[in-house]
Amino acid sequence: MPIPIRYNLRSLRVRWRLSLATALGIGLVVAVFVMVMALAQGLNATYVTTGDPRNLLVLRQGSTAESNSQIMRDEVTRMRYTEGIARDAHDVPLVSAEIILLVYLERRDGSGGANVLVRGMKSAGLALRPQARLVAGRMLAPGRRECVVSQRIADRFSNCQVGESFRSGATEWHVVGIFDAARTAYESEIWIDSDEARAVFRRDFFGSVLLRTDGPEGAATVKRRLEADRMLQVRVLTESDYYKEQTQMAGPIRFMGGFLAVVMSVGAAFAAMNTMYAAIGARTREIGTLRVLGFRRREVYVSLLGESVLLALVGGVLGCLLALPLNGVATGTIGWNTFAEVAFEFRITPGLMGKGMLFALVMGVLGGLLPARMAARKPVLDALRAA
Amino acid sequence: MQTPMVQIRALSRRFQQGDVEVLALDRVTLDIAEGDFVALMGPSGSGKSTLLHIIAGIDRPTSGQCIVRDVDVATLSESALANWRNSHVGFVFQTFNLIPVLTALENVELPLLLTGLSAAQRRAHAEAALELVGLSDRLRHLPRQLSGGQEQRVAIARALATDPTLLVADEPTGNLDARAAQDVLELLEVLNREAGKTIVMVTHDPKAAGHARRIVRLEKGELSPDAAAGLAT
Repeated sequence: MPIPIRYNLRSLRVRWRLSLATALGIGLVVAVFVMVMALAQGLNATYVTTGDPRNLLVLRQGSTAESNSQIMRDEVTRMRYTEGIARDAHDVPLVSAEIILLVYLERRDGSGGANVLVRGMKSAGLALRPQARLVAGRMLAPGRRECVVSQRIADRFSNCQVGESFRSGATEWHVVGIFDAARTAYESEIWIDSDEARAVFRRDFFGSVLLRTDGPEGAATVKRRLEADRMLQVRVLTESDYYKEQTQMAGPIRFMGGFLAVVMSVGAAFAAMNTMYAAIGARTREIGTLRVLGFRRREVYVSLLGESVLLALVGGVLGCLLALPLNGVATGTIGWNTFAEVAFEFRITPGLMGKGMLFALVMGVLGGLLPARMAARKPVLDALRAA
Repeated sequence: MQTPMVQIRALSRRFQQGDVEVLALDRVTLDIAEGDFVALMGPSGSGKSTLLHIIAGIDRPTSGQCIVRDVDVATLSESALANWRNSHVGFVFQTFNLIPVLTALENVELPLLLTGLSAAQRRAHAEAALELVGLSDRLRHLPRQLSGGQEQRVAIARALATDPTLLVADEPTGNLDARAAQDVLELLEVLNREAGKTIVMVTHDPKAAGHARRIVRLEKGELSPDAAAGLAT
C-alpha cells in the first residue's frame, strides 16, 4: 500500500503559504489558457451552429466566402426554378439572393468605430434562417430604406435601436426591428433588402444565393443539379459546411492561446519544482524514516510526485474558478475574411476545464519529477542524518 | 543449542571521508540470542551505531556477514531489504522521528500499511501497540502535542506494531530527561522480559545499559575483549 495521501495533504497544509503561492501561480496559467481557449471556442461555436443542413449556399466557382463571390441577376433567376427547391405557403421558392457589404458605425461605449456586416437579402431571407426571430419592432419592408439589426450589434453600436437611424452609402437607414439569432454568426449582422443594397451601393451583382431544399438528401440532389448546369459555373455547399469552413478563423487565436500558455507554464512548472525542492528539503529526515519503516524508493517517489500533482490540481481548480466568470460574456473581434466585427460569447465548457486541469497536471508532474527523484534516491542513512 | 537469532561474522565496514578511508568496524563477530537484550556501548566513533545500522538493514557491510534468522541481510536487493526491514525490524531513534503531520495512531499505523492487514486490523494493531506503551488516551494527538517521553513511547509502539523479530534502538533516551528516560528503559525491559522481544540498544549511558541483559563494548571498531566472552550466552 502506498504512503497515505493524507501525509501529502497535511504536509502541503503545514507549508500553506508556499503551497498557496505556487497553486496560485499554476492557477493563473490555467486561467489564461482556459480564457483564450474559451474565446476560440466561442468563436467556433458561433460558426458551427450557424448553418441549417437543409439550406444550400451558392457562390461563384472559386470563391471561398460570400464577400468575394459574384452572382449575376440572370443566374439567380435560373436557379430559382431548379427542381427540388422548397416553396413557402404561397408557393414561392425559398430563395434569397444576397449581398454582403460593410458599414462603418460608432460604438456605443465611445471607443471608436468598427466595420459592421450588412447583409442585403430577399424577403425569403428570414424564413431561410429559422434560428433568427424578431424580438422588437417588425421585419423590414423593401424600398423604404429600412433595416433590422441583430441584438448584439444593437447593444454594441450607436444609432441601432428601433426608431433610430444611421447614415451609410449616402442614405439614411431606419432601424425598424431587432432580431435575435440564437448565438449564430448572424448575431453580427444588419439586414437590409438586397435590391435596395445593390441600388444604394451601386452593385450590379449579388454575392451569394441561399436556398432551401427538402432535407439533406434533397440538398445533395439540388447541389448536383446546380453544379452540373454549365450556364451557372457555381460552387454549391450546404450552409452548415460553409460556416464550418469559416471556423478556421479561430485558428490563430488557438495558436496564440497555446503559445502563451506553454511559455507561462514553464515558469509555473519551475515554481512548482522550487516548492517541491523546499518541501522535500525540509522533510529529508521524514523521508529517511519512511524508508527505515520499509517504504521503498518507488513508493517515496510516487508519494512526492503525487504531492506535486496535488498542488498543481489545486492550482488548476483555482484557475478554472478564476476563468469561469468569463463564461457567456459577449465580446467582439475582427473577422479575418470580412474585416467586420464578429460578436460572440466566451464559452467555458466542462471539456475545456478538463483540458485546463490536464494542463495543470502536466505542470505538476514536470515540477515534481526531479525533486521526487532526488528524495527517493538519497541513501537512507544520509536522509536520516539530515538536520 | 539453539541457533542465535543474529549471527555477525567478521563484519567490516569502511567509509571514505574525503581522501581518508575510515575503518568503522573491523572484523566484528558477535551472536545475539532470541530474547536477549543487548546494550552496545563505547565511545563516540567506536562503531556501535554502524553495527546497529547494519543489523537493522539500513547500511551494508564492506565485508563479512550479518545473518538474521538465516537471512544474510547484506545480500538482499534494495527493494527486498525494504520489505525485510518492514517485517523484521522495529527501529527506535534518538530523535523519535515521528511524522509531524500524522497523529500518534497514524504514525503507528504507517508500517502496517505495508502488510496485508485490513484497515480495521491495522487500526486494532496500532491501538494495541499504543495501549502497550500506555498511550491509549493520546491516539489523536499530533507529535507536537506530546512530551518527549510520550513521543518516544509512540515511536516504540510504531516499532512494535508489525511484531518484528528485532527491536533496535539508537540512543533511545539521549533526548529525554531522567524521568522520561527511566520510563522508556523500563518499558523496553518489560518488552524484553514479558513479551520476549529481542532488543539491541546503542547507548552512552551506563545506567541505561544496566537495564540490558548483556553489555557489548566496542572500541575503535573492534569488540572489547570482555565482550567476546559474551558470545552466545
